[in-house]
Amino acid sequence: MTAPIETTGAQAEAQPEAVLVGVDKGQIEGRSLGQIAWSRFKKDRVAVAGGVIVILLILLALLSRPIQAMFGLDPNALHQDLIDPNTSLPKGDFGGMSWSHPLGVEPKFGRDIATRILEGSWVSLVVAFGATILSNTIGAVLGVVAGYYGGRVDTIISRLMDTFLAFPLLLFAIAISATLQGGAFGLEGLPLHISVLIFVIGFFNWPYLGRIVRGQTLALREREFVDASRGMGAKGPYILFRELLPNLVGPIIVYSTLLIPTNILFEASLSFLGVGIQPPQASWGGMLNQAVTYYQVDAQFLIVPGLAIFVTVLAFNLLGDGLRDALDPRSR
Amino acid sequence: MRRSALAAVAAIGSASLLLSACSKADDNGGDGNKSAGANAATKGVVNASTQKGGTVTYEYSDVPDSFDPGNTYYAYMYNLSRLYARPLMTFQPGPGEEGNKLVPDLAEKAGEPSDGGKTWTYKIRSGLKYQDGTAITSKDVKYAVERSNFARDVLSLGPNYFQQFMQGGKAYKGPYKDKSPEGLKSIETPDDTTIVFKLNRPFQEFDYLVATPQTAPVPQAKDTGIDYVKSIVSSGSYKFQSYDEGKQAVLVKNENWDPKTDPLRKQYPDKIVVKLKVNAETIDQDVQAGDAIDLGGTGVQAATQAKVVNDAKLKANTDNTYGGRLVYMAINNQVAPFDKVECRKAVEYAVDKVSVQTAEGGPIRGDIATTVLPPDITGYAKADVYATTGNKGDAAKAKEQLKACGKTTISTNISARSDRPQEIDAATAIIASLKKVGINASLKQYPSGKYFTDYAGVPTFDKKQNIGLHMMQWGADWNSGYGFLQQILHGDAIGASGNTNLSYLNDKQINEMLEKAIATEDDTTRNGLYGQIDKRAMDLAALVPLTYFKVLLYRPSGYTNLVSTSAFSGQYDYLNIGTTKK
Repeated sequence: MTAPIETTGAQAEAQPEAVLVGVDKGQIEGRSLGQIAWSRFKKDRVAVAGGVIVILLILLALLSRPIQAMFGLDPNALHQDLIDPNTSLPKGDFGGMSWSHPLGVEPKFGRDIATRILEGSWVSLVVAFGATILSNTIGAVLGVVAGYYGGRVDTIISRLMDTFLAFPLLLFAIAISATLQGGAFGLEGLPLHISVLIFVIGFFNWPYLGRIVRGQTLALREREFVDASRGMGAKGPYILFRELLPNLVGPIIVYSTLLIPTNILFEASLSFLGVGIQPPQASWGGMLNQAVTYYQVDAQFLIVPGLAIFVTVLAFNLLGDGLRDALDPRSR
Repeated sequence: MRRSALAAVAAIGSASLLLSACSKADDNGGDGNKSAGANAATKGVVNASTQKGGTVTYEYSDVPDSFDPGNTYYAYMYNLSRLYARPLMTFQPGPGEEGNKLVPDLAEKAGEPSDGGKTWTYKIRSGLKYQDGTAITSKDVKYAVERSNFARDVLSLGPNYFQQFMQGGKAYKGPYKDKSPEGLKSIETPDDTTIVFKLNRPFQEFDYLVATPQTAPVPQAKDTGIDYVKSIVSSGSYKFQSYDEGKQAVLVKNENWDPKTDPLRKQYPDKIVVKLKVNAETIDQDVQAGDAIDLGGTGVQAATQAKVVNDAKLKANTDNTYGGRLVYMAINNQVAPFDKVECRKAVEYAVDKVSVQTAEGGPIRGDIATTVLPPDITGYAKADVYATTGNKGDAAKAKEQLKACGKTTISTNISARSDRPQEIDAATAIIASLKKVGINASLKQYPSGKYFTDYAGVPTFDKKQNIGLHMMQWGADWNSGYGFLQQILHGDAIGASGNTNLSYLNDKQINEMLEKAIATEDDTTRNGLYGQIDKRAMDLAALVPLTYFKVLLYRPSGYTNLVSTSAFSGQYDYLNIGTTKK
């Protein structure tokens, strides 16, 4: 018996090309579609580069706190002896760059920018991954249910999607983040801010994936393997989660990879607006917010967090594009 | 909290910087004028001149609460409104604290107290006319006070001290509701030039109260309530030519203003233009080009400051003045463990004030503070109860006090206003220095609009959320010890919400001294009492004074008669500014 993933429409039609690849190399043997996708992905150097950067970033974020502990770094330690009190700017060129502060120090406080970027990395990625997992779980489940059952269920879920899409998300995010500042659900401080961000960003983004999954399900539910399963007496939930969802893994992965950078930007925007992560906790958006005041006189402080966001978002986007091309060549 | 344009400017600051990223920066304001040197306008009048003609432009990054003299609470509007609305008393244009001197404006001379300071009589000058030529009478002054203080449902933006201090003030509903011809009975106008105020308690600083624009005459027949702002009838040297709400106001010479009735105003420029909603950076550029005055008087933006202070030529055109405000951190006496004085003293010793000052923008944005009263407020006496080496805090002494309090560590929260970056920066520095002695404070931010009504100003909220420390900034409604201290130290000022006494200090001695001071006629004795109250509050460690707020003003080179006065938070006195340009 073959793995369910090999029976999706898109990938089944892609097979002739895959056969040709095999002929070129003189190996006539069957290969799984996962292998074929991987071989396509490997040839896309840009996507591989994006993937490598993404893996490095995730490692960096995971090891952020251990690295700080190992080198005795504190993102909130003040070094005001490095600041000229009259201008609030770091002494020396390039934002106070030195061997002990390779990316310079902040104006006013003299906190080490490199350490704060490191500390901000895990915040960004935790929020982005958390929000993506949340929205895609909701989106996938509701999408497949709507597509499979159709009728009234579909109508209700589809209208719900429309409602969520019509939500003024940014305004709502600002309002909810501002009201939940003090403490809620037994949480306060950083855990609260991170959970609120994950909720706000994740909970309102699910209809995008929901619609994609619903559309794919509509096409899949009429296919033979679903009929066969039904004929053998399978009930709704089994068909949904054992037959349909595994066939939707491709689009879900691709969409997730493309949603993560969007969410990183959204987190940065909210922190920039002052309703996301709260100081003194370091976050990339928060650093940008502080840096804007000094862009004319201390550009260094603006460039570093700006670059961090830029590189991360670019890497995730390149990876996402590469994955889409590999998993679904028709969309190229 | 009041009479300052700070909050508004701080809130839009970061957004407006973005928008102007591609505008051209002016290198200097040089048009050949020799500069008078740094801080010259805090010591005397700069570019003193009697040259007439030209246009003087004021620019502001936001909109004022109102141009209506009876409906405003901002220092810069108190300052500007005198051009078209003459109060009974006003401040003598003069540098620094000399500007705190009260002089009669509409009145012939200062008020005459009787009945131990409970009755105040003013006589207004003769020959006073409105812009339309009709005579100004004392009844118009009475009416102006009634509409501005008692009709809170119509005009609510100004302070309401008259309502608190006049006999029967609580019961009177204002001239729009109460149509009786005699109005508020405790303000009497026996003839057209005399006005008598009858107070419910002795109040020796009443001249300060009548120096607000609320006493500027308003003709009852022309008053249209909230819409009066669109057709203000001038009693001053300028009148409105046009008023475009939220955009611009243009003032021209008032021909019916008679210089013989006015020893203060000179009517130099032909025209005065007030531009609103101007980008904060554009204002900085226009001011440096010598073409505008920053109406709000909040000083240059951080980036401009960094450029200006490093350039001797530019720095010579600046005035770094006190803003009549104290930046401080209140220690909540009701939240454990700060109900114990030793724990409060531990905080006093722990805070590194230099670090806070640097975080706020350095010495240019404020001198290190050691007293409750700032130096430009009458009654200030130099003192430093918790002196530490170089003001950098003393961890050893702090730990000693902590031990005396029976603690080794304290876990608490510190509140700050989310839309005031400077306050958050100061709190960030304080958190770092408290951490060194074992006091772990985390920052809680609340919007400034509800800081007093819903958050820090609500004692039950503070206790529930364990907020022992509150970031705070205070400027007085009038520059005397009472005006400054009453609202932040008097125990009677504590209510269920809306408190500005964030120390929640209710000390019998301080309450009594405040009441005694305001009933004391002799200036020296009264000001001595303010010094004692200040000392007592510091002995009780009610608050940690951080900095005496300062602003950095850039002097527009083309304008004349510039003098920075403490009476209006260090702003230039707007009464007689002229221009050398045509």
